[in-house]
Amino acid sequence: MNDIILTNLETVPGRNMTQHLGLVQGNTVRAKHVGRDIMAGLKNIVGGELRGYTELLDDARKEAMNRMIEQARERGANAVINIRFSTSSVTAGASELYCYGTAVLVE
Amino acid sequence: MGFWLFIILLAVGYFIGKAKEQAHFKRLRVDEAALSHIVESNLKTVPEYYQSGGALVSGNVVVAVDYFKVFASTLKMIFGGKLRSYETLMERARREALVRLKKQADAMGADAVFNVRFEFSAIGQQPKMGGVELLAYGTAVKRFEGFGKRA
Repeated sequence: MNDIILTNLETVPGRNMTQHLGLVQGNTVRAKHVGRDIMAGLKNIVGGELRGYTELLDDARKEAMNRMIEQARERGANAVINIRFSTSSVTAGASELYCYGTAVLVE
Repeated sequence: MGFWLFIILLAVGYFIGKAKEQAHFKRLRVDEAALSHIVESNLKTVPEYYQSGGALVSGNVVVAVDYFKVFASTLKMIFGGKLRSYETLMERARREALVRLKKQADAMGADAVFNVRFEFSAIGQQPKMGGVELLAYGTAVKRFEGFGKRA
């Protein structure tokens, strides 16, 4: 998908770091839509996986990550290290997905 | 009318929810056994016998409790103590997220996943909807050929 090395380790295994390019980040706020919510409400009677939400959050997280990768690319990085994810609910029914890391140049 | 609906929902939640939970645990055991060749660790340092590079892998899942368990735990909260229904919910979510992470690592041909972290968030209006999202992420790496490879 992309040429940038992504890792949540503090170094890239076996590679020497030559330059730090600073913190890069990406975020997105997503609201659940009514159709999915009704389905999830029904699903809540019997429990189990709420697949609609799993996909929604997965897509959103990918978008946050793409924004982060875009920033890293603009700075001329070839790796993003120490990536962390965080989730916070902004209001009822919407949550923010945030992804951040350090852009670096490795050999 | 309202009372009977409540009873029906409780019964549906109890029987179907229980069956689904047991089926889920059964599937988890199968998946975990199939993926047991991948070592996961929350160490930040990667031993030298792994190849350079590495790739981010992740797995997420949203799981909800059933109607019966919401009711039972509401009652239980009067007296406090162990909430078994939420314990199994968290266990299911965590194990499923980890299985999905390992499936991604397996598809890449990785041998180990380092620095595995779990991220939790609650979904929906609490406490009516007891959905939780679990995200597991880590860095997948490959071993050097023939370097103490596990049989």
